Amino acid sequence: MTKFVINGKETNSEQPGDTPLLWVIREELGLTGTKFGCGIAQCGACTVHVNGNPVRSCSTPVSAVAGKKITTIEGLSPSGDHPLQKAWVAKQVPQCGYCQSGQIMQAAALLAKNKSPTREQIVTHMNGNICRCGTYNRIVAAIQQAAKEA
Amino acid sequence: MLLETKISRRAFLQTTGALTFAFTFAGKATHALAQEGAAKFNAWVSIAPDGTITVMMPAAEMGQGSLTALPLILAEELDADWSKVTTQYAPPIPKIYGNYHPLFAGAMLTAASVSTPGYWMSMRMGGAQARRVLLDNVAQQWGVPVGELSTEPSMVVHQASGRKISYGEVIKFAKVPETPPQITEADLKKPAQFRLIGRADIPRTDVPSKTNGSAKYGIDVRLPGMLYASVLEAPYDGAKAAEVNSDAAMKVSGVKKVLSLPFGVAVLADSVHAANKGRRALKVKWDGGGNPNASFDSEKALAEYASHARDPNANAMTWFEKGDAKSALAGAAKTLQAEYSSVHCYHAQMEPMNCVARVAADGQSAEVWTGTQSTALAAFVASNVLKTTPDKIRVHQHLLGGGYGRRIWPDAVAQAVVLANITKEPVKLILTREDDLTAARPRPMTYHVMKAGFDGGGNLVAWHHRLAAENVDAVAAPPRFKATGGKDIIGWRGLEEPFYAVPNILADAVREQRGVRVHAWRGIGAGYNKFAAESFLDEIAAATGKDPLALRLELTRDHPRAQAVIKAVAEMAQWGKPRGKDRALGIAFSDYHESFSAGIAEISLDRKTGKIKVHDYWIAGDAGIVVQPENAHAQLESAVVYGLSSALTEELTYKDGAVQQSNFHDYQLMRMSDMPLIHTKVIVTDNAPTGLGELGVPTVAPAIGNAVFKLTGKRLRQLPMSASRVSATLKT
Repeated sequence: MTKFVINGKETNSEQPGDTPLLWVIREELGLTGTKFGCGIAQCGACTVHVNGNPVRSCSTPVSAVAGKKITTIEGLSPSGDHPLQKAWVAKQVPQCGYCQSGQIMQAAALLAKNKSPTREQIVTHMNGNICRCGTYNRIVAAIQQAAKEA
Repeated sequence: MLLETKISRRAFLQTTGALTFAFTFAGKATHALAQEGAAKFNAWVSIAPDGTITVMMPAAEMGQGSLTALPLILAEELDADWSKVTTQYAPPIPKIYGNYHPLFAGAMLTAASVSTPGYWMSMRMGGAQARRVLLDNVAQQWGVPVGELSTEPSMVVHQASGRKISYGEVIKFAKVPETPPQITEADLKKPAQFRLIGRADIPRTDVPSKTNGSAKYGIDVRLPGMLYASVLEAPYDGAKAAEVNSDAAMKVSGVKKVLSLPFGVAVLADSVHAANKGRRALKVKWDGGGNPNASFDSEKALAEYASHARDPNANAMTWFEKGDAKSALAGAAKTLQAEYSSVHCYHAQMEPMNCVARVAADGQSAEVWTGTQSTALAAFVASNVLKTTPDKIRVHQHLLGGGYGRRIWPDAVAQAVVLANITKEPVKLILTREDDLTAARPRPMTYHVMKAGFDGGGNLVAWHHRLAAENVDAVAAPPRFKATGGKDIIGWRGLEEPFYAVPNILADAVREQRGVRVHAWRGIGAGYNKFAAESFLDEIAAATGKDPLALRLELTRDHPRAQAVIKAVAEMAQWGKPRGKDRALGIAFSDYHESFSAGIAEISLDRKTGKIKVHDYWIAGDAGIVVQPENAHAQLESAVVYGLSSALTEELTYKDGAVQQSNFHDYQLMRMSDMPLIHTKVIVTDNAPTGLGELGVPTVAPAIGNAVFKLTGKRLRQLPMSASRVSATLKT
C-alpha cells in the first residue's frame, strides 16, 4: 500500500509498489486525463507533477511517490481555467487531443519556474513531448500567450 | 470486407438524380433520442421542446474537426442557434448514415478526408428539410402562407405581423409528416447567405474537453469487474505461436490466464500492470509455416521492387493514360530517366490500439467501447467473431487519440471480442506501444521509375510514372480491389497527372505480393507518388533550364485553381527573392481528391552530418467552400508536420517478416526542436467542399528534396531523407 496526496486529496493505492504510477492514476483512481503513450518515457503523454516537478508517470513506480504530492491535469486548476488551459483554447491547440494533458502539465511546470520563457527555452523544455497531430507551433504560441497573461 | 457498399453507386445516383436524397426512407430509422418529447425530423436531426437540437454524427472525431464541422453544416440550413446544437454518434447503419462520396459510395467510414465532402449534402438536406417542416407547422398554426415566413437563428418569423416563435416552442405543437417534404438543391442557401459556415470565430466544440482531461477516448473506458488484456502480437499474418512458455507469466501476481490465439498470445490479468508484466515474461517461438511473409526483409525486397519497376516486360496495370506515352518516349528527341523509393511508415497514433468488449452469456451479442474510424466495420468484425449479425453488436464510439488511417482496421475490436467471448467477463485490451508497432499496418514501401521525353524544341511531350509496391486495396479493401480488377485506389493515388499539360502521360504499377499488412496512411499514395513525380519534374526543369515555379505554371496553364495555389505560395514565400548562400527554396504542387495545394520549403543543411533543417514551410490550399476556417489552417499545419516527419526521419524496417522498431526511441517522429515555421493560406472558392485533412502531406517531401538540390546540386531519391542518407548522397 502506498500513501500519497493527489490533487489535494490523501489517497492510498492498493497496487503493488512496482506498478507504474500511470496505471494507479488511470485505472485505480479513475483519473483518465493522464494518458498512456509509450511506457518508456519517450513521448510525455503521461506527464504529471510530483512535488511540482514534471514526471513521466509511465516510468515512475508508485512506491517512489509515497508521501509526495501529485497533480494531474484534473487538478491543475479546479475550474479548468489555468492560464495555459485558456491559452490552449484561445489558440485552438488540440486536434486529436490525446497528448495535450501531458503537454499542458509539462508547460505548467515550466511557467511555474520561469514566468517569461524565451522561445528557445520553451522548445528545450517541451522537446520530450510528442504530438503526432503536429500542433507544436500552436503549443509554443499558447505558452507564450499564457506567460504574457499570467 | 472493408468498404463494402450497401447501396450501389448507381442506385445512389438515381436517388440524387431525382433529388429526393436518402431522407424519405431514412426517416424511419430508429434510434434512442436524448430528450423526452423531442421531435425527430429525419435520420439526422431532432429538436427538443427546450430548443436543444441534436444532430446525429456519422463520422469519427480523430482530430480533424468533423465533430464540429458536420453539425455546423446542418445547423446552417436549419438556421439553428449554434449554441443550442449538440451531437450524438449515429448507430452503425451504413444504409442510413453511410458516406456517399464517390470514393466510399455508402460505406460508413471516416477516412480519405471526405467526411465534410461526403456528408455535405446529407447534412444540408437534413437541416433544410427540418426547417421546412418547422415553417409548415407554424404556417398552419398561425393561418398564414408559408411563403410569408422566414427564419432567424432558431426562430420562425412572420415579418408582416411582427410575430416570432422559437423552434422549441414550435416543437410543442409540431407534427412531423409521415412523408417528409422533398428538398431540392434549389432550396438550399447560397454561400453568400451562410451565417455559420466559414466563420473564423466559431471554435471547435471538442477543444475545451481536450485541455482539462475530461475528453473520453476508448482507452478511458472502465467497466466494473473487467479483466485487463495484453497481447504479444503475432509478428506477421499467419505466424503461429509454435512454442509458448507461460510459466513465468503465470507466476506474476494478478495474471489469470495465458491464451495462445491466432493473432498472438494474450495475457489476462486483474490489472494493466500485471497483464503487461505477464506479457513481458512470455517466451514464444513463432512459426511462419513456410509463408513467404515469414521471410520478408524490407531491404532485400526493395531491390526486387526496383528490378520489377525497371523491367519493360513487367506485368504492369495502367492507372492513368493520356495520349501514347510509350510511343512518344520511343520517338523523343531526348529522354530523361530517374528512380525514387520510399520506405514503410508507421501511423504512430498516440493512443495505442485498444478496445473494451463485453459479450453476452449466450455469446450471441456484444457491446464494444472504442474509438474507431468505422463503427460499421467494428460491428461487422465483432459479429463475425460471434457468428452473429452486426445488429447484435452495440458500438460505443469514443474520441480517437489519432487515426491517420490506422483506426480503420478493427483488429483491436476483433481481439477484444474474442477474449471477452472466452471469459464472458468484460475485457479491456490495451496494446503496449511495442505491440502496436509489431501490429503496424504501414504505408507501403515503394519504388518508382520515372521517364520523360522531349521534342526537338526541348518541350516535355511524354511522361511515364511506373510504381512497384504492395497494394493497399488488396489487403484492406478486397471487395473493391476485386471490383476494380486489381487497382489500388489507396496506394496508387497521386500517380495520375490530370492537371499538367503534357500530351502523352502513362502511370502504371507493378503489384508486389509480400504479405505485409499495408494500409491507408495519411495522404495515402500521394505521399510517396508525389515525392517521385514532383522531384522528377524538378529534374526536368533543371535539364531544360527552366525555373521550377515557371515550369509548373506553364504546365497547369489550363487549370485556374491549380495556378492559383502555385501563384499564392510563390508570393507567400517570395520565390524570386535571393536567399543567403546557406539557404535554398524548393517547390511542389499536388492535387488531392479534387483539392489543390502547393508548398515551398526553405532549408539549410549540416554538411557534416547530413541533417536537413527546414526553416519555413509555406503552403496554399484550395478545398472549395471551407466550413471551419481556423481548423482548415490547423489541418494544413498538421498534415505538413506529418509530411515533414515521414520525409525526414520515419522508417519502419522488416526482417524475418517482423517489424524491427519497437518504440519511439527507434521509430523517430518529428519533435518540437525540428519544427519549421509553417505559413498557411486557405483559398476559399465556391466549389463544393473537397478533402482538406491530408492535403498538406504530399508537397512536403518533394519540396524539401528540391530545395536540397537547389542548394547542393545533389538529388535526394529516397525517403526518408535522413541524415545518413543525405550524407551518403553528398559524397557521391
